[in-house]
This record gives sequence, C-alpha cells and structure tokens, in this order.
Amino acid sequence: MWALVVLIGAASVSAHLQDPSFDGQKVFRVIPQNDEQVETLNSLASIMEVDFWQPDSVAVVKPKMQVDFRVEAEKSSQVEDLLKESEMEYEVLIDNLQAALDAQFDSKARSASHSYEKYNDWDTIAAWTADIAAQNPDLISRSVIGKTYEGRSIYLLKLGKSGSDKKAIFIDCGFHAREWISPAFCQWFVKEAVETYGKDSVTTTLLDKLDFYVLPVINIDGYVYTWTKDRMWRKTRSKNAGSSCYGTDPNRNFDAGWCTIGASKSPCASTYCGSAPESEKETKALADFIRENLSTIKAYVTIHSYSQLLLFPYSYTYDLPSNYQELNSLVKAASEELASLYNTKYTYGPGAETIYPAAGGSDDWAYDQGIKYSFTFELRDTGRYGFLLPESQIKPTCEETLLAVKYIANYVLEHLY
Amino acid sequence: RAMELSPSQFPAGRAAAVALGYLRYLRGGPGRALELRELRSARRQDIDDVGHKYYLELELGDVLDKDRTVKCTAEVLYPLESTSSAPDVQVALQGELRSTEQADKEFYNHIRSLEKELVAENIPDSHGNVPPELEPIHLLAWVASGYVIWQNSTENTKFHLAQVKHVRQVKRSDEDLQFDYVILLHEMVSQELLPWQVTVLWHPQRGARVSQ
Repeated sequence: MWALVVLIGAASVSAHLQDPSFDGQKVFRVIPQNDEQVETLNSLASIMEVDFWQPDSVAVVKPKMQVDFRVEAEKSSQVEDLLKESEMEYEVLIDNLQAALDAQFDSKARSASHSYEKYNDWDTIAAWTADIAAQNPDLISRSVIGKTYEGRSIYLLKLGKSGSDKKAIFIDCGFHAREWISPAFCQWFVKEAVETYGKDSVTTTLLDKLDFYVLPVINIDGYVYTWTKDRMWRKTRSKNAGSSCYGTDPNRNFDAGWCTIGASKSPCASTYCGSAPESEKETKALADFIRENLSTIKAYVTIHSYSQLLLFPYSYTYDLPSNYQELNSLVKAASEELASLYNTKYTYGPGAETIYPAAGGSDDWAYDQGIKYSFTFELRDTGRYGFLLPESQIKPTCEETLLAVKYIANYVLEHLY
Repeated sequence: RAMELSPSQFPAGRAAAVALGYLRYLRGGPGRALELRELRSARRQDIDDVGHKYYLELELGDVLDKDRTVKCTAEVLYPLESTSSAPDVQVALQGELRSTEQADKEFYNHIRSLEKELVAENIPDSHGNVPPELEPIHLLAWVASGYVIWQNSTENTKFHLAQVKHVRQVKRSDEDLQFDYVILLHEMVSQELLPWQVTVLWHPQRGARVSQ
C-alpha cells in the first residue's frame, strides 16, 4: 500500500533534474495479456520517454504482469490511443502527478485540509481523490470521465479488489450544487471502504466480489458556485443561448421522458431541462460512462438532499416499473436498516407519487438502460435545516445512509443478472 | 365521499405542510418551533364549487423537546380559486406543549435591553451553524415563515424555510418587539428559492402577529 507512496517519492527525486513540474503527467497501469501486448509496450518505450515504475524496466515485462509507467502530459492521449488500439486493459492510476505530489507534501496547492466531518470545497475534494487513490492502490483507482462546462476534470473513483468479470455498482453525488451533504456521503463511503476492508466481513466481500464506481461530485461548477457566489444554487453553470440566465437542472437533463413533466423549458427556471437531453457536458459524461460500462453496471444509486426519501423509478410517469414489488420491498428493508441506527424515518416509493412527477432524471434513465436496481436517496433532514444541514450531522447522516447502501449492495450481489 | 390517501404520497404531505405552517404561526415563538414527527393518516374530500378538503392526523413535536409528542387533527381546505385565497385551516391539538414562559421572558428582556437594534444575516450560515444567541431569532423566523407558507400554499406547492437572509430589529414605542425579516422560502415542486419580506411583532403574552 505504501509502495506507491515510495514510488512517487522516488520518482519525484529521480526525474527532478529533467522535469521541474509533473503537471498533467499521467501514470498508467496496464496488464498485457499476451506477447503481442508486451511488444506494444516495448515499442511504446522506443518511440517516447516512458518511466517504468513497476517493474523498473520494460525488459522484464511478461504477460499477465501488472505494469505501472509514467508518461509526459503531451504524450498521454497518444498513449491512450495506442493502448485502446491494442485492446490492452488499462487504467489511469494517477491522472495528474503534480496534484498527487502536492497532496502528499501539503503544499499551498490546498488551502484547507480535508475532513470527513466537514464540508470540503472542491479543491480539497479534488486533492483528496488523488490522495485516497494514491494511498490505496490495491483498492482504488481514479479516472476522469469528462470535463465540466467550465473545464474542470470530473473525477471517478473505482473501488474494489482487482479481479476479472466483476460486476459493478455506480454511485454519484453532487448532482445539485446546494445539496452539500451529498458529496460528503460519497467521501464517507470511500473512507469506510478503505478503513474497514479486511476488518468488516460485509465490506470485504462486497469489495472482493463487486466494483463500486463512486463519483464524488458530478456538478462541480455548480458546487464551486455555492462556495463562492450563491449557496442556494442548484443547476450547472452553462451559458444558455439567448438568455442571461445560467445553468440546466442536471436531473432533468437525461433522456427519460425528457421535459414532458415536472421540468421547465425556461432557462431561468431551477428545473430547466436544458436545450436537449444530455446538453450538459456533465450529464453526457455520466451517460457515456454508463453506456460504455452497461454490461458490468448492475445498480445505480444517486444521492441528493433533502427530505429523507428512498425513491425508485419512475418519476417521468406514474406507470410502475416491471419489478415494482421487488424494488418496493428492497427500499422498505433498506429504510428500516437506515432507521435502525438513529431512528431517522425515511419515506419510500416510486418517485412520481412519493415526491413529484419529474422527467429527465438519471435514475429513470439508468433503469430504462437496463439497470434494474436504480435508486435516488434524498438525505437528511425534512426541512428544519434543509440544504444547510449542520456539519455535526454529517457523521450520523453518513453512517445511517451507509447501512442502507450496503444493504442494497448486498442484495444486488445476491441477485446478479 | 372522503378518499383515503397514503401518507407516503405527496398530496397528503403538502397538506400537512400547510397545517404545520399554520400551527407554527399560531403556537410558535422564540422558544418553540413545531416539527412534524409523523403523518398518521390522510383523507381527501372534493367539495363541489368549494375546493379540496384534507383531513389529517399528525404527530407533532417541539424541536427543543425531543421526548414529547403531541397529537393533532387538522383540516386543510384549498379553495378552488387557490391562487388568490389562502387555504382554510382548522386544527385541534391533543396534549400540552412544553411551557416557554421563562424562555420568552428572558428573550423579551434581553432584546429590550439592547442599546443598538439587533441586525443579523444568513441564519443558518452556509455550513448550517446558528450562533446560540441567535437561535430565538431563528425560531421566530419559523413563526413568520409559517404564516407566509400557510397564506401562499396550493396543492401544487410545498414550502420550507431555507434560510433567514436578513433580520433587523425595529425599536418601538409600545411594548411589542418588532423584527423585519427577509426570509428565503424553498418551494419543493419548482425548486425555486423565493425571498419574502415579513414583519413580525411579538410579545410574551400576546404572541406573534405577522404583516407582510
């Protein structure tokens, strides 16, 4: 686990003379399956500067060996193209080496330190994603699934012990900018995974048998805006043509009954559905990722606040999903699990009748893609503090929610399809 | 002719929010804020040429008195012309609420003793914090928002007090305390945040009166 830390340290020393900055440099992890793919790595090393972290030379690489290597920023897309072409299994272990280094050395790059029991601003969360992945390379890897309207990288963490043919559960947070407890939960989830793996049998089994994709903040631009300009902002921060109003409601922007009910066609409205389904770079990135990994993603969970609800499809219609009975029983049980800790009462049911009919939601879209376990959580509270949930409630909220999410994950594991 | 409703479905919840707003206005104060603990049952009756009437059984509590629950029956009538008239609300509480006489007196004397008029903003702040000395002002805002919510709700809205944007005390020559609030109301269906100006007059014996 500390090997990567040592390697980063060693790399920063060894390469220091040539490269004053590691900004944008990527570290890839590949597993060549056969001699042909080993040869691909060899030729890669011959056409550009490749710094092998493990093993330390391309000469000893053999099929089925896990290989980590660093490349310059400008070369990384060429590398990705080559890897894709050769159909070699790969992941981006470190998306930006400079950021990972800064995170370790506690430099000025981060103004506030991360806490799981406080609300963290975006820079702190971004640095944390690099940190947590670097510190737990056997369990976590970080990737970028796209960029926001304002150009920020959308980070995705993949949790799980590496294995073949693993199915996955996708969890996202931070759809709506002002719902600060939501990103706090995603961070908590990751923390619990790394801290209890190998200690708690349920966590260990879940991470051994499944992968968890955790997207800590999807609407990053909006989140930043709530920290800098308007705490009550909800939407993205994209410019709307012909309007002085900004942003689209990302949870009205998916191709699920898009804009037919419970959404507005006005760019100034909080529930503006956008100019078209997936008009937002953020929603498109999420949808693209899910589409690309549809064969492995078996459950979708999206975290919102507030109201203390556990919802399943549909919201764009009052029609019930084909596995309604199953989903209803599942959320009933998950709500009881949640309540078992602090007696927090949740209401559950299909979205349209439980909260309101609303089209364009990511949960409905995921369900219609074939992901038959699709849920929306609306976390604490029921209106006393609403969006402004005190930090003292982060821990209890996350603890109880985790029970429900683990319950659902276990169920999915036992009912894989 | 009254239809049984599921408490977990939104129409019942919206009517309950109106009843709660009304109750907060009626019975709330700087030392008391009522919250909905549970919606036990709901029925709806459509009355020709009049409107939709909801019959509710609620369990309420004081946010400052976690151990006590008070039962309440409420009737909420949304008139047909809902955009121009407020819902009519009738409530009956079964049981006693915790007395706030002492807290009210302390708050009254404290504010009257201030040299400079009280001014505050962003309650709670971005991180959910409310300085203890401002908690009574926060709870009084619930009284104000309760009134506004009651007066402005329809079957297609559900309001909550999101934040006190600004509050300013206005010293008066009579015995009342006066607070001019700008409150932010969150409307759940449209997801809009609506600022409202509300003036609250309050006195320990006379309770709260709101003018918009």
